[in-house]
Amino acid sequence: MPYKLTVNGQSKTVDVPPDMPLLWVLRDVLNMKGTKFGCGIAQCGACTVQIGGQARRACQTQISTVNAPVTTIEGLSADGSHPLQKAWLELDVPQCGYCQAGQLMSAAALLASKPRPTDSDIDLAMTGNVCRCGTYLRIREAIHLAANGGRKA
Amino acid sequence: MTTQTLNRRSFIKLSAMAGGGIMIGLYSDKDLLAQQRGPAPAPTPINPNTYIKVHPDNTFTIVSKNPETGQGIRNSLPMIVADEFDVDWKQVKIEQADRDDKYGRDMGAPTVGQIEGGSTATPQNYQPMRNVGATARAMMVAAAAKQWNVPAGELTTGSGVVTHRSSNRTATYASLAQTALSMPVPELSTVKLKDPKDFKIIGRETKGVDNAAIVTGKPSFSIDVNPPGMLYAVYEKCPVFGGKAVSANLDEIKKLPGVKHAFVIDAPPPRPAQPPAAGAPPAPNVTWNSGVAIVADNWWLANNARKSLKVQWDEGPVASQSTVGYNTQAKQLAATQASQTPAGGGPRSVKEGDAEAAFKTAAKVVEAEYYFPLLSHAPLEPQNSTAHYKDGKLEIWSPSQIPQIFNAAVPAGIQNSDVTFHLVRAGGGFGRRLVSEYDIEVSKIARLVSDERAKQGMPSVPVKLLWSREDDMHHDNYRPTGHHFFKAGLDASGNLIAFRDFVASHGTTSVIPANEFPRGHVKNFWVSEGNVSPYGIPVGALRAPPTNGVSFVMQSFIDELAVAAGKDPLQFRLDLLKNPTTEPPTFSNVGFGAPFNAKRAIAVLESVRDMSDWNNRKSKLPKGTGLGVAFQYAHSGYVAYVVELAITAEKKLKVNKVWSAIDIGSETVNPTHATNLVQGGFIEAMSHMMAWEITIENGRVVQNNFDKYQPTRMRNAPPSIEVKFLKSEFTPTGLGEPSLPPAVPAIANAIYAATGIRVRSLPIGSQGYSWT
Repeated sequence: MPYKLTVNGQSKTVDVPPDMPLLWVLRDVLNMKGTKFGCGIAQCGACTVQIGGQARRACQTQISTVNAPVTTIEGLSADGSHPLQKAWLELDVPQCGYCQAGQLMSAAALLASKPRPTDSDIDLAMTGNVCRCGTYLRIREAIHLAANGGRKA
Repeated sequence: MTTQTLNRRSFIKLSAMAGGGIMIGLYSDKDLLAQQRGPAPAPTPINPNTYIKVHPDNTFTIVSKNPETGQGIRNSLPMIVADEFDVDWKQVKIEQADRDDKYGRDMGAPTVGQIEGGSTATPQNYQPMRNVGATARAMMVAAAAKQWNVPAGELTTGSGVVTHRSSNRTATYASLAQTALSMPVPELSTVKLKDPKDFKIIGRETKGVDNAAIVTGKPSFSIDVNPPGMLYAVYEKCPVFGGKAVSANLDEIKKLPGVKHAFVIDAPPPRPAQPPAAGAPPAPNVTWNSGVAIVADNWWLANNARKSLKVQWDEGPVASQSTVGYNTQAKQLAATQASQTPAGGGPRSVKEGDAEAAFKTAAKVVEAEYYFPLLSHAPLEPQNSTAHYKDGKLEIWSPSQIPQIFNAAVPAGIQNSDVTFHLVRAGGGFGRRLVSEYDIEVSKIARLVSDERAKQGMPSVPVKLLWSREDDMHHDNYRPTGHHFFKAGLDASGNLIAFRDFVASHGTTSVIPANEFPRGHVKNFWVSEGNVSPYGIPVGALRAPPTNGVSFVMQSFIDELAVAAGKDPLQFRLDLLKNPTTEPPTFSNVGFGAPFNAKRAIAVLESVRDMSDWNNRKSKLPKGTGLGVAFQYAHSGYVAYVVELAITAEKKLKVNKVWSAIDIGSETVNPTHATNLVQGGFIEAMSHMMAWEITIENGRVVQNNFDKYQPTRMRNAPPSIEVKFLKSEFTPTGLGEPSLPPAVPAIANAIYAATGIRVRSLPIGSQGYSWT
């Protein structure tokens, strides 16, 4: 059945079953491949998007329950200029890079609610996002860098 | 090692490029010979291994031939070319090569030229890539010398420009390209390579070339490949290893929403195992498992249809096997065979001196049993591949680590030359994608889909096969288990006089440490094995085989011996390393594949001792905090770790700090990614330590997903992991693998130092431990 949703500021209508997860609507119906599939059970965070500004796991969000604007990695900034994206580049965070879209979406939600997070704030907010390559130290540092206006503390 | 081969058998060729640029390639004599063999039937055209494109605007494209799975090769191989070519990194764009046999053996690889595995890319390509860049530079210099009628020796280069200082003339490479095309190509032996002190790119930090695409969510990975009209497939295989699909309710499945096709796919008849002739490329692997394919409009619909799928399986003989059974058998083997002298010798077993006699004279005998489990690779991007079968040809997009081995042509029923194979960035590899059976599966499914559609008068379409996480965990090639039964003897002064390891394994060399330290540093050294059988679980290479498990058992047991000897565990290792019992081999400056070099191990151990202020720090630690050390020679690299760890009475662990010293030779090509790989190796070791274990019941894997196979998470990650690269005189080697193995025993030894409890079995999460 048809569902209306707002993705990265654009209005979209999709005709899909009500229980289809947002992840697969984004990836296979809207052809937005930035949001990643890792586990399908909200254990890895690769599919993290923001719904109404909150970090949510798109693999566990049925399309019929989406009732606020959706922001994906493609819409985090228009041109890659979000402070977190710049910090990720500055510190060369990715290894394989597969988890990083989800990491960035979780980190952006964290900074929106806590502009100057401590290490423990970061650990708490980011622990649902697995990085199989183990780039956690650089992610932590990059969040601090972005929070600090791009200046190393 | 590879230099001579390349000088004798390879040469450079330039060719014109549409749009005014030129291409520079490194050729093998295989192509040349094929040409010379003409005229009958027709000369094979030279197939250029193109590496550099010189564009009219004086920018350059450098081709990266190896698969990228996160190890950073898409930066590091082009960096080597660019440095010798003497251009600026910001002038360079990177292009990923497709699979092509022209990148094969002649580039010096022992098996295939396009592989992400064994930390081989850097050592095997370092010299050839330098040759490509340096020869191209020499040709630009020769072209300028001709144009200006000056000696080449008076010319310098930099930033893609040739300069004649005394006449104040400059020319860009682009402006010289057409002249260079007409110049003779110099013999590689006459081409001067840079003095390493003049490197401008090698050894400098360059950031990942795909980073900008990754952080903005642009399609970058195999799973993102999205050709027009694509359908999505799932492939349900028997949960029991080796089981077969007999029949399924396909008619019912085809009626489900969005489902377009469904097939039962039989396994091919087993082929007789024929080892390839010496020097021949490895035989293509065309084995696939039988199963049921469901193809739908999107992946969720295809995967949802599995809920309604009813398959009659022939589970086969493995259904009676289990981890409990294997472990029971391993203990029986140790009880009955550990005292037997192994027949023969060779790499799987070794007997030097007489350990049994030495045990009788020892002042102290230490015995311990160690175990490490099966592991799944669990790269974050589940296995997938996309293929389009059309008019007798197959186009495939794959994250394979070894695209030249798994042959997608065979299941599609076509010749290899009719396959176009694109290498796409993979979301992690760790050895999982050294077996790319999903390429085989998708090419089979793509052929069936196109044939069925042709019968219905419809055009062919591409098909993406994507495994679920559960598929991935249930159908891996697992890191093999190891049961190690140790016995060692110390004399009255605490010197190691005899070392014994009986290994109960399952027919793979992957876990037999016959060449491991302390061999060569103890007079009586004996390693032998017994095989658990039958064993129906597929095993394979996980990052740093075999030391990913062997380092845990060997470096932990060495630690036990230090304690038994009443010595400091770091000093105990140094004392052993400094006192060889056999004549050490002579070393050239070749780092890759060289035998164990105790001096390099000593250097990393002493370095990490000093970095961590080991002696001073150890004496000042509060109660419940411990320092652990371990080192490993793995995949031609030397790595030592010191770990400081705190533990509560409730066995809650916190890694406070980590120091690491590494020797991978004379250069670390890209230090920023190298540091990232080391820190990631330690984080992976924490997963091995605490939580990762695959168990088998009724011939099938028990764990389904990350909830029962927890990776290390942000809150577990230590505040800092200090990494130091030592510069040695040895040729550069790889880093993907060496950083993992010794991290596991370093953590285990820190737990002992903090608690007096020895970890002898992994993972420790099932023994009451957890991270804070």
